[in-house]
Amino acid sequence: MTGSNSLTNLKVGQRARVTALRSDGSMRRRLQDIGLIAGTEVECVQKSPAGDPVAYLIRGALIALRSEDSARVMIACP
Amino acid sequence: MGLTSGSTGIHAVDTRLVVKKQQESHMVVALAGNPNVGKSTVFNALTGMNQHTGNWPGKTVANAQGNCTHKGRGFVLVDIPGSYSLMAHSAEEEVARDFICFGAPDAVAVVCDATCLERNLNLVLQTLEITGSVVVCVNLMDEARRKGISVDLELVSRRLGVPVIPAAARSGEGLEELMDALAGLPRESRRETRLIRYPKPVEQAVALLEPALEKLCAGRLPARWAALRLLDGDEKLRCSLSSLCGAQLEEQADVAQALARARALLGQAGLTGEGLEDAIVSALVREAERICRGAVLAQPTRQELRDRKIDRALTSKWFGYPLMLLLLAAVLWLTIAGANLPSELLAKGLFWVQDQLSRAFVCFHAPEWLRGVLVDGVFRTLAWVVSVMLPPMAIFFPLFTLLEDLGYLPRVAFNLDKYFKKCCACGKQALTMCMGFGCNAAGIVGCRIIDSPRERLIAMITNNFVPCNGRFPTLIAILSMFFLGAAGGLSGSILSALLLTGIILLGILMTFLVSKLLSMTLLKGVPSSFTLELPPYRRPQIGRVIVRSIFDRTLFVLGRAAAVAAPAGLVIWLLANVTVGEHTLLALCSGFLDPFGRFLGMDGVILLAFVLGLPANEIVVPIMIMAYTQTGVLTDLAELSALKGLLVANGWTWITAVSTMLFSLMHWPCSTTCMTIRKESGSVKWTAVSFLVPTLAGVVVCGLFANLARLL
Repeated sequence: MTGSNSLTNLKVGQRARVTALRSDGSMRRRLQDIGLIAGTEVECVQKSPAGDPVAYLIRGALIALRSEDSARVMIACP
Repeated sequence: MGLTSGSTGIHAVDTRLVVKKQQESHMVVALAGNPNVGKSTVFNALTGMNQHTGNWPGKTVANAQGNCTHKGRGFVLVDIPGSYSLMAHSAEEEVARDFICFGAPDAVAVVCDATCLERNLNLVLQTLEITGSVVVCVNLMDEARRKGISVDLELVSRRLGVPVIPAAARSGEGLEELMDALAGLPRESRRETRLIRYPKPVEQAVALLEPALEKLCAGRLPARWAALRLLDGDEKLRCSLSSLCGAQLEEQADVAQALARARALLGQAGLTGEGLEDAIVSALVREAERICRGAVLAQPTRQELRDRKIDRALTSKWFGYPLMLLLLAAVLWLTIAGANLPSELLAKGLFWVQDQLSRAFVCFHAPEWLRGVLVDGVFRTLAWVVSVMLPPMAIFFPLFTLLEDLGYLPRVAFNLDKYFKKCCACGKQALTMCMGFGCNAAGIVGCRIIDSPRERLIAMITNNFVPCNGRFPTLIAILSMFFLGAAGGLSGSILSALLLTGIILLGILMTFLVSKLLSMTLLKGVPSSFTLELPPYRRPQIGRVIVRSIFDRTLFVLGRAAAVAAPAGLVIWLLANVTVGEHTLLALCSGFLDPFGRFLGMDGVILLAFVLGLPANEIVVPIMIMAYTQTGVLTDLAELSALKGLLVANGWTWITAVSTMLFSLMHWPCSTTCMTIRKESGSVKWTAVSFLVPTLAGVVVCGLFANLARLL
């Protein structure tokens, strides 16, 4: 699932723009609700001690996502 | 301000909300907003009530209502659960949406977080689609200033077309103005607003449906909004709409016809299912973006950058876990060290009172049995609960609440999520476990923040492995009696804090183990996806939290002591003094339980105390003491050392002590918790499982431990 250009590959401190959401069902809706749609800018802020989940800055809020879920968010690095 | 008496104990078992107006002229205002934006703080500040607040998303899980008056006008405020959207993807979003749509509030105050206003506007825009009677309250202005975010609220207000009020509810800033704005709203409610423009095919489809729905909704809901939701294919809402209109929507010929045509039109444009949802959500998000453009400016301050660095350290590879353990141990140490002196003083005072009472009874020539029932039975049990249990509870609770207010709990969930994932459970379970430290019933209600029903049940069934406030003092008392020996003072209290931390870690280990087992057996499934918001740290309102929660706790424990401990004392006295044949009832009961108790490393009296302690865990130790003293040994028990003497005289060894602690950690939930589980799961079966799983775990662990230890 992990494409070369998914959110999972973003390193702490890096930013990127979302190009597409490949998540489905309730996760897709939840991500859209918090403002994560194509075109949204995301910054990788911190990793949890075990390396997963990872917290991202999305529209001013810090949101943690599991690797399975961030792998379905496609990005384009600026 | 953290857990309150309203969110723990029996109050956790809430009932469905019915809005109670004191007068017909009173205005009903719904407080909506994203999770963790301070809705409950606004609610408490306005109503003077004490609804649970804390710095983590999802505290308010049910509607609460309160009254206030402003400039002679009466208001009924309804605090609804936080939600990101009104499309109802989770239980609490559904509660929120249903109240705004079908609860017929006169106005909605949407509370927003100034530090991420753009995201919050999504909910504002969705609310505006339902009703025009909206006031936007931009809360946390103080935090935004701290973070270097400035908001041009006048511009936002002009673009939204409704009043926008800046506020900092924790310091009371902006609340007067909020009430002014609410009072100033025109009373003709439900005026329709057409703020969002959707892509052309969507607008055309809506236009097809609107006329047919206009008749059915009859002004109770905007037809445009109803049309959008019907196109969305939102099943639950379709049912609610049907019951509101008093007719099955799809059975209405004109609606069905229009819907078919609209769907065909959308199909041609490629807007079906996910595509349509995307189009609708994107339109909302883009609109929020447009409204904030040029109105919100962010320039991270030095403070903000420092906060981020601290947060990164707190969740880093090297510090993350040690820091969590250190915090836990520190909280426990403060509790143990701080409770010592008040415990002793209370015991001395209360036992002096007992002597005086006894003397008074003798003085008035009261019958001996009456003195026995009231003084040796009721009063003494009460005295034990108050002196041994109250001080640690009154100290632990505010400390825990401070951590909650600070915003540390979501970080715990963040740190531990990977292990929950390995157990096929949800990281938010860590949050519900944290609540369990305060009160297991509150922990169970907190499980509503977990969206997946399977993971929610796992969290409910395992919540009892976290010792609640009512069980801590039991553990602390046994620890200090049997494992500290001569070590008193500072080193003694540190040692017992470390031992207690160990016991809690064992409980957490059991949680993981049982979660994993449940995921493999009764509740098979794979971990589901979720998002976890990490809110900014907030300075806790230290003074208020401490005063409030000590006060709350003290009253709560005293109330419970009167309601539960006093009758339990009565029962124990009766059991010990009513004889059947040659034996007292107590001897018969404990004798009956004795073989099993001994197999578990305890004895019949201890097991009986756990059974009688079902209504409240804090009465287990007092019942034990009562039972032992009733069997003849009478000592002055004002000090723990004397208490240890009593226990040892009744055959306690270190094995008994450890087994009792293990069983205290792992046995059936108290009756309030069971009732809450029944209510929350809606199932007798899962309540029974929640009762049996920790009990079985306790039986297995105690049985293994006791029998292995005896071999040594």
